Amino acid sequence: MKARAFSYFRASTVEEALDAHAQGGDDARYIAGGQSLVPALALRLQAPRRLVDINHIDELRGVRREGEWLRIGALTRHCEMLTEPLIAEFAPLLRAAAPFVAHPAIRNRGTLGGSVALADPASEFPAVVLALEAEIEVAGPAGRRRVRAEDFFVDLFETALAPGELLVAVHVPLFNPGQRIAFDELARRRGDYALVGCGISATCADDLITDIRIAFFSVGNVPTRARRAESEIAGSRLSPDVIAAAQAALGEDLAPDDGDDVPAAMRLHLARVLLGRLLGQIGGAT
Amino acid sequence: MTAPLTPLDRPNSYIGRSVPRPNAKRLLAGRGRYVTDIRLPRMLHAAFLRSPHAHARIISIDADAARALAGVHLIATGADLARICTPWTGTLDHFKGMTSEPQLPLPLDRVVWAGQAVVAVVADSRALAEDALELISVDYEELPAVVDLDEARQPGTPRANPASQSNICFRTQLDSGGVDEVFVAAAHVIEQQFSFGRHTPVTLEPRAIVADYEPDSGMLTVHHATQTPYQFQDLYSRHYNIPEARVRVIAPDIGGSFGMKLHVYHEDMAVVGLSMMLGRPVKYVADRIESFVSDIHARDHRVQARMAIDADGKILAMDVHDATAIGAFSTYPRTSVVEGNQVIRLIGAPYDFTSYRAALEVVFQNKVQTSQYRAVGHPIACAVTERMVDIAASRAGFDPLAMRDRNVIADDAYPLVSPTGYKFEALSHQACLRRLREIMDYDALRGEQAELRRRGVHRGIGIATFVEITNPSPAFYGVGGARISSQDGATISLTPTGEVRCAISVTEQGQGTEAIIGQIVADQLGLAQEHVKVITGDTEVTPHGGATWACRGAGIGGETALQAARRLKANILAIAALVLQEQAAALDIVDGQVVSAASRQPRLDVAEIARIAYFRSDTLPPGTQAQLTVSHHFAPQGYPFAFTNGIQGCSLEVDVDTGFVKLLKHYVVEDCGRIINPMLVDEQLRGGVVQGLGAALFEECRYGETGQLLNGSLADYLVPMAMEMPDIVIDHVETPTADTILGAKGCGEAGTAAASACVLNAVNDALTPFGASINTIPITPARILKALNRY
Repeated sequence: MKARAFSYFRASTVEEALDAHAQGGDDARYIAGGQSLVPALALRLQAPRRLVDINHIDELRGVRREGEWLRIGALTRHCEMLTEPLIAEFAPLLRAAAPFVAHPAIRNRGTLGGSVALADPASEFPAVVLALEAEIEVAGPAGRRRVRAEDFFVDLFETALAPGELLVAVHVPLFNPGQRIAFDELARRRGDYALVGCGISATCADDLITDIRIAFFSVGNVPTRARRAESEIAGSRLSPDVIAAAQAALGEDLAPDDGDDVPAAMRLHLARVLLGRLLGQIGGAT
Repeated sequence: MTAPLTPLDRPNSYIGRSVPRPNAKRLLAGRGRYVTDIRLPRMLHAAFLRSPHAHARIISIDADAARALAGVHLIATGADLARICTPWTGTLDHFKGMTSEPQLPLPLDRVVWAGQAVVAVVADSRALAEDALELISVDYEELPAVVDLDEARQPGTPRANPASQSNICFRTQLDSGGVDEVFVAAAHVIEQQFSFGRHTPVTLEPRAIVADYEPDSGMLTVHHATQTPYQFQDLYSRHYNIPEARVRVIAPDIGGSFGMKLHVYHEDMAVVGLSMMLGRPVKYVADRIESFVSDIHARDHRVQARMAIDADGKILAMDVHDATAIGAFSTYPRTSVVEGNQVIRLIGAPYDFTSYRAALEVVFQNKVQTSQYRAVGHPIACAVTERMVDIAASRAGFDPLAMRDRNVIADDAYPLVSPTGYKFEALSHQACLRRLREIMDYDALRGEQAELRRRGVHRGIGIATFVEITNPSPAFYGVGGARISSQDGATISLTPTGEVRCAISVTEQGQGTEAIIGQIVADQLGLAQEHVKVITGDTEVTPHGGATWACRGAGIGGETALQAARRLKANILAIAALVLQEQAAALDIVDGQVVSAASRQPRLDVAEIARIAYFRSDTLPPGTQAQLTVSHHFAPQGYPFAFTNGIQGCSLEVDVDTGFVKLLKHYVVEDCGRIINPMLVDEQLRGGVVQGLGAALFEECRYGETGQLLNGSLADYLVPMAMEMPDIVIDHVETPTADTILGAKGCGEAGTAAASACVLNAVNDALTPFGASINTIPITPARILKALNRY
């Protein structure tokens, strides 16, 4: 299939982009890496009248330290998660997730901002952003604001972004040496959307877990924190009993739907298996 | 140290040599010319509105708004095309009692699967044509859809085609007699049920066609991504009533076919009619979603099987029932029952037993048609047979490889006729088994498996023997009334500079047909291969022939080229003999030079003979007419098919907590007779194995209850990818057929034939400690976890 005709505007500043979008009304879309939007256009699942290209806005680029936060520009490509030293040092969970994101050609173009703004519940980065308790900086006609990750993902492909708002950057609290991370997913083929995936960020005092954030993806309409499982672990050592209790608690944390090839019960089973393996890694890192 | 000389050390000894494909670099460099690349002057683009319903009556079509859109040239419905195209019916006479409804390019009043093309739009661009599709509204009245195979077979079920008496397309049976008595007396009887999901070929290049009808001359030229240009020349001629000589079908570079591109598709037939209605070239390229809902699918079988063995593990009898659902029509012109027919005739084929009974039931349903796809029927027959043999081995207390060694037909027992009527000239199961045991290091692999199992690592080893059908004679289609040739033709010429061009009716889809034809011609004529140009895929240029399918390119096409080259060589030497005043029999050709046959001393360049014959015929003796172009045809005689055989093995690991399977290594020992190009044979086997592994673990067309395809994209329909594929170790046994001089048989289906059976056996082997069993393909994590009761 071929996309319906649309007009194209290349913005060089955030303000220009916001204006161009506003002129397009409801029928405008921002385009960055295009790795989800372009197929949707070709399939005519979306048919905006106007595309606002944000690839040339300098402000959206780059990774830098801002106090206790790492600011990652919205245009940071997936492949840069693997190559950027600041990300390796201060947001290693993003780096751990990046090799699982599709294939190299897609990682070369796809952007962090695009992935988070789309909020595909099967994508890796939204869940990682959730596990990191990151904050998402958005610009809109009414000005700038920062939204906490847990408030950002609202429903299936629905976020806290108001119409016309543009995701500018993702701010991640700096990783510290007392933290441990783990990430993995179960996908039929390398690079596919996962049947289930999970990212974990834990804070430890010796082998005691003082704080843990567990975020699953591919388990429902939004990336999902497993708060009951977290509470089974927080304040404990990762003994087999604690891990088993956390796995059991996932039954209350997650409510996956029946898919035509993956029954809900199977997805929950896989989530438990995956959680057990990842907690084994966290515990084994002592 | 120098290795001893072999026949391959002779000059121009190309048969048996790994020679790169001459077209490979061009294609890799992006210089391929596929149908998609063709842009003709005044060319328009077609797009099709498709049915959202699996079964519905068309009440009305409103296309006024679409017709008014600027840039739209034509909107055509079923009725419009029916005025110029005659209907077709996908039956063959030798399938007695078979039925199927007549088909037209677009339906008149009823749609029978979700995704069926209903209305055609022709516009200045494809995008515009798709804009117009959005403006067309079709009013449907939904009818009950028959979706599931088992449901379609139930009496009282709604019918996929309401005017027919039932959903039965075809039934047949085979019976050697006395089967019940053997089962009653047997020491062990094994009974199992199998289920095989639908899958679809997924060629890299989708279906593509440019039809160019020129009203003034009445000439139709069709650029068509197909394996079989001559078949389509005949069909376009007959169904559009154009004299055959005015229909030219050109198949340029083709990006894979696997049997998918030799069937009549409704859109393709429509595009020819659209070009005739407009008098302009019209192009249609299926996009990936259209491919999923309109390319043929394959498999979709349920098999019940019983096997009787004696106390010593000897197979005594098999009794099977195969039911298969083929969609709402049988495919034209090859039908949709060939797969089931081959399933019941290939089951048990490698094994030495005589009591066999089989029944086949082919039913209609409201889905896209199934038909011939790589290794037609073989994977099903092989999986059923080999799983039964494994269970029998376990019941009788034998190792799987030993069980096969005990039961395969002995290599010295040929020729013989199988209980299903197949005539085997010479197969080599025992030799292949011995080679497989060696290349797998089977005993060590079993030892490692036992050791790892103690540590909670669950590996499985699978073995599958197979028989493959190649080189079909007229018994395949011709006797059933289909105008599908079993012969091939070649026209081979010596050019004025002493090079050779060979225009041949077998075709190239990426597997290297042109390479092996060039090798054979160069070998036979004593020329360097770079001096041989091979031309394929144009009905205006090459003689009529069957083209490339059912593994006939090497065996039949190769023999055609060989015999043609020998005739041309005789003609060249006849002129050389006149020039040299020598007996032709005393001369030979080596490396482009006429030599003395006895001394191998060079006497004269072949180019010099060409120069004299073409430009100085006055210097030849009076009455001499040099014949430096030869046309030659070859049809297989003798055995109706050249059967090949082989065996595959695989090693894999099952993660019993996730149900994921990791393929560790795959092994193939194959006997395709004379090997022309070992590298290309190995490529064929590896590609075939990968397609079989895809079927085993990944590929399945999943449908919802209302007959909607649920996974019609490459994100949801999983094809095998490099990361999941194991190394594939290949070895050969060579048993040439005595039916031809060349001795080559086919090798294109062999990999696919047994790979899924291997994986099925290996997964079950891995699950043995859990008492779990799986007889369903594809073997998904969900099915493995279910078998293990993990959720």
